[in-house]
Amino acid sequence: MSVSTTSRHTALHDEHAALGASFTDFGGWDMPLKYGSELAEHRAVRGAAGLFDLSHMGEIRVTGPDTASFLNTALVGNLAAIAVGRAKYSLICTPEGGIIDDLISYRLSEDEYLVVPNAGNAPTVLAALQERAAGFDVTVADESADTSLVAVQGPSAQAVLQELVPAEQRQLVAELKYYSAAPATVAGIDVLLARTGYTGEDGFELYVPNDRAVPLWKALLESGQGHGLVPCGLACRDSLRLEAGMPLYGQELTRDLTPYEAGLGPIVSFKKEEDFVGRTALEARKAAGAERKLVGLRGEGRRAARGHYPISVDGEVVGEVTSGALSPTLGYPIAMAYVDLEHAEPGTEVQVDLRGKPVPFEVVALPFYRRGQ
Amino acid sequence: MSTIPSHLRYSAEHEWVDESSPVRIGLSAIAVDALGDVVYLDLPEAGSTVTAGEVCGEVESTKSVSELFAPVSGTVAEVNTAVVDEPGLVNSDPYGDGWLFTVEVTGEGELLTAEQYAQAQEEQA
Repeated sequence: MSVSTTSRHTALHDEHAALGASFTDFGGWDMPLKYGSELAEHRAVRGAAGLFDLSHMGEIRVTGPDTASFLNTALVGNLAAIAVGRAKYSLICTPEGGIIDDLISYRLSEDEYLVVPNAGNAPTVLAALQERAAGFDVTVADESADTSLVAVQGPSAQAVLQELVPAEQRQLVAELKYYSAAPATVAGIDVLLARTGYTGEDGFELYVPNDRAVPLWKALLESGQGHGLVPCGLACRDSLRLEAGMPLYGQELTRDLTPYEAGLGPIVSFKKEEDFVGRTALEARKAAGAERKLVGLRGEGRRAARGHYPISVDGEVVGEVTSGALSPTLGYPIAMAYVDLEHAEPGTEVQVDLRGKPVPFEVVALPFYRRGQ
Repeated sequence: MSTIPSHLRYSAEHEWVDESSPVRIGLSAIAVDALGDVVYLDLPEAGSTVTAGEVCGEVESTKSVSELFAPVSGTVAEVNTAVVDEPGLVNSDPYGDGWLFTVEVTGEGELLTAEQYAQAQEEQA
């Protein structure tokens, strides 16, 4: 992790500073942590809308006649099976089946995909894709440095966007399905408008060239004011995704884990014909079964279990917390954790060592929070 | 910039101490800003003894856990139950409703004046 003096700035950095953001290094980028109260930002996303700068994420454009079969070889999912305009959550794994990154791929045309890795992993993913592209008629282009990404998330996200698109695109916005993307014009700015997110709410992610990022951000902030939209930092992004049971690379996902420990087995496609990287190892892991599993934990009171806290049953360590917080929405402590398979059933009582004090938690199904409930 | 009321004295660990008897103790706005939203407080119980400079509790924010150090030695007289129930008071009113507990003082640790505390923060910044 680089120190803040060498962290990269997004095209929106000055906007964040003007809004009074406090910053944190994330994946080598100096990103807004929060603008005021992270709890207020969290609640705004659950109740109205939040605006996020996610320009630290990578954008890798893959084009060429072999694109679909190439991505089917490089990633574990069946990317060739998705229709133009749809998106897919997938993983890129090592030959041993370890998770290099989780990423979203948008099929923009028959022979063109936009692949979005995590900020800290973007260079690694780019290198792996370029290496795996040998023998395929494809071009792998890193557009991360030129592309900004802003997200509008929350139940009012659609209303915020509807004010900024031309009349003839309002139906497109209203009908854009979850995990779909389409070109759109927002505040007169051409964007790739995707109905995706990492908060557990309805919402949109807008990909835009850096030189149009500031006017887009300002237009969304202004239009959003009447809908309760507030700028949101990474602190609430983390608590929102935790409530929604979404894994974060580096915490729930690492190279030491395969999709089977992480509960992501179903997104590995053995039906596709391509001999994708990690196939043999993952077939073996699927057959053998994972020895530990990602679970949800629910506690009582207000004390949060946090990353790396040990989990025990009858005094024996059976797992470790990966992420945890006092859930702002639910009001009780929630955590994600890896536990040995025999303790992974919902309803199992475990103890989390909260700095020397064993505190009872119960294994529960993920996610903790579903919108509309 | 966070406010540092001049009528209070401060420990190096960012607790404030007022002049009443028993003394009232809380967290400075500088500490609160650094912590973020406080979600849990583990405070010493009324009647227990605290020792200046030693850990007497815990402050948990959305992202971190910090130890609470007693700025004075003595017996805890009263605990602010309102702030235990609603830890966000520490953020919204650190010098008022967000006070933590009171102590019948038997001895003081090293306490700074507002001016000294402000200067110490500037030197660290």
